[in-house]
Amino acid sequence: MPELLLQFLVTGITVGSLYALVGLGFALIYNASDVVNFAQGEFVMLGAMTAIALLNAGMPLLLAAIIATSLTVLVGLLLERFAIEPAAGASVVTTIIITIGAAIFLRGVALLLWGKDFHALPPFSGEAPIRLGGATVLPQSLWVLGVTVALVLLVRVFLNRTLLGKALLACSFNRTAAQAVGINVKAMLRLAYGLSAGLGALAGILIAPITFSSYEAGVMLGLKGFSAAIVGGIGNPMGAVAGGLLLGVLEALGAGLVSSGYKDAIAFLFVLMVLFFEPTGLFGHKAAERV
Amino acid sequence: MKASWWKTFLVSTLLWAGVNLAQAADPIKIGSFLTVTGPASFLGDPELKTLQMYVEEINAKGGVKGRKIELIHYDTGGDAKDAVSFVKRLIKSDKVDLLIGGTTTGDTMAVVPDVEKEGIPFISLAGAVEIIEPVKKWAFKTPHTDRMAAAKIFTDLRKRGLSKIALITGDGGFDKSGRTQILKLAPEYGMTLVADESYGNKDTDMTAQLAKIRAAGAEAIINFGLGQAPAIVTKNIKQLGITLPVYQSHGVASKTFIDLAGDAAEGIRLPAAALVVAEQLPDTDPQKPVLLAYKTKYEAKHGPVSTFGGHAYDGLLIAVAALERAGSADKTKVRDAIEQTKGLIGTAGVFNMTPEDHMGLNVDAFKLLEVHNGAWRIVE
Repeated sequence: MPELLLQFLVTGITVGSLYALVGLGFALIYNASDVVNFAQGEFVMLGAMTAIALLNAGMPLLLAAIIATSLTVLVGLLLERFAIEPAAGASVVTTIIITIGAAIFLRGVALLLWGKDFHALPPFSGEAPIRLGGATVLPQSLWVLGVTVALVLLVRVFLNRTLLGKALLACSFNRTAAQAVGINVKAMLRLAYGLSAGLGALAGILIAPITFSSYEAGVMLGLKGFSAAIVGGIGNPMGAVAGGLLLGVLEALGAGLVSSGYKDAIAFLFVLMVLFFEPTGLFGHKAAERV
Repeated sequence: MKASWWKTFLVSTLLWAGVNLAQAADPIKIGSFLTVTGPASFLGDPELKTLQMYVEEINAKGGVKGRKIELIHYDTGGDAKDAVSFVKRLIKSDKVDLLIGGTTTGDTMAVVPDVEKEGIPFISLAGAVEIIEPVKKWAFKTPHTDRMAAAKIFTDLRKRGLSKIALITGDGGFDKSGRTQILKLAPEYGMTLVADESYGNKDTDMTAQLAKIRAAGAEAIINFGLGQAPAIVTKNIKQLGITLPVYQSHGVASKTFIDLAGDAAEGIRLPAAALVVAEQLPDTDPQKPVLLAYKTKYEAKHGPVSTFGGHAYDGLLIAVAALERAGSADKTKVRDAIEQTKGLIGTAGVFNMTPEDHMGLNVDAFKLLEVHNGAWRIVE
């Protein structure tokens, strides 16, 4: 039984770190603009699909990954410039609907480019499972975990230690005040979209060897990443990471200990419970109005 | 007065003849409703391409008994409600002569009541056995049933002397129907089920379920599913170091599955239509020329062939043969002719329909395949 439990935990943490990476992207854009970007899952899909296409065209994996990430960042910037920016004065809800439209558009483009088939990326370093006590883990899962930790730390350092990062955070606290002290809010928004697109693309490339990718792979990942961001308190990047890990572990434990049929139900029940008792998420800052 | 009566008679006779002439040249209308978009699009897409390709070919050769075929198609997107309204439209406003379609069992079963009420020949391209059992007067189907797949797997397990099986299935219609048939047939073949796990078709990791299976003491694992999930299951099995024999269903009998699962797919067995291994069949096999002809034609235009497109080919073949034997597009006559299909060689096997069997395939139509060096190989 302890062996089994260890395997469930390993599974949960692997799946959870995927959710965490996607959730992180949600949190960044929400921070900069109060908008939930529903095209975040599509960034993940685009990263994976572009990398696969470039690899099939004969490019080495590392180069393919770098170009795919850059291209996705470009898509993120274009999305911001041509879809979000023109609607600058619009309400948050309108902007969210624009992102939903963008998501559908990106899925359509991917469908035209790559068809409906699933595609796989070869694992970065072999497929021989690594034994961890009684549990086994794939080298690719270690890649996912390692890069997630590195990216999370980088984002954290960026937000807390650099002027640019602090400026981005300032926009999330009070946009008008940020503008008043001379922060270029527009540029910050672009930065947030570019960064989220890049994070999403990297997540997609990392997980493509494990989960495969297709034009609609972003839908499910987007949904889970969004749940992770909500559980962690949307707008709190580190909260999103914690939320993702929690969600992944809960799913694995649910599938293993209760019933595989109820695994998603258990995870979403947890999300509902969190929203019920902690509407701002487990790690969200309380939105108390100061008088 | 008398003269004008004659004139009227003459004109109406001429008119009647004219109408009849026009009717003879009228196209035969085949209505189809397939899932060309949505989650089951990998089934419906090759089906539609196949239908369009062969309708074009038949028309180029002069049609059926001098009448061209007109294909009227609607995309259901996998929504059974849409399937029902499209079928109503096909029957009532497009006035089609027969129906080929219903990519999924859900779409098919949803339209059966209307088909039976209106009385129109209907050839379904969906898998589940419930479409033809109990027999419905107007409904036929071309793909193998999931019960045949279960029987084929169990026969092989018995040959290998294995009886304790662990089952893992997805949450789609195909998966659930397959699970039902496996549970139903297991006692008949002396199989005991030691684990019965499930997963969501869009899940990205099934190691938790498989770890439970590993602990359950099974002798073989059966996975019934579609799309990418069975490939993930296959990879997860390897990851957990499970070395039990693994069986997949005919739902993943394509090169894509091997590509996705990679090395982990080695040694996996599954029942599949002969189309997948057309080249490997002995030259004496009567199916071989039919399979190769379809494969060559499809691949020249659309890329790798799949068994699903083959189901549409079989459906159209059966329909055209029946139209020719019936000598007209009269619905009752065509239905009777379809029911009398005998020895017709399609991609799924040799069809021998009877009033009791509206599919007409037997278990031999399935080949048992094994993945060997990244390709399918026939095991018998």
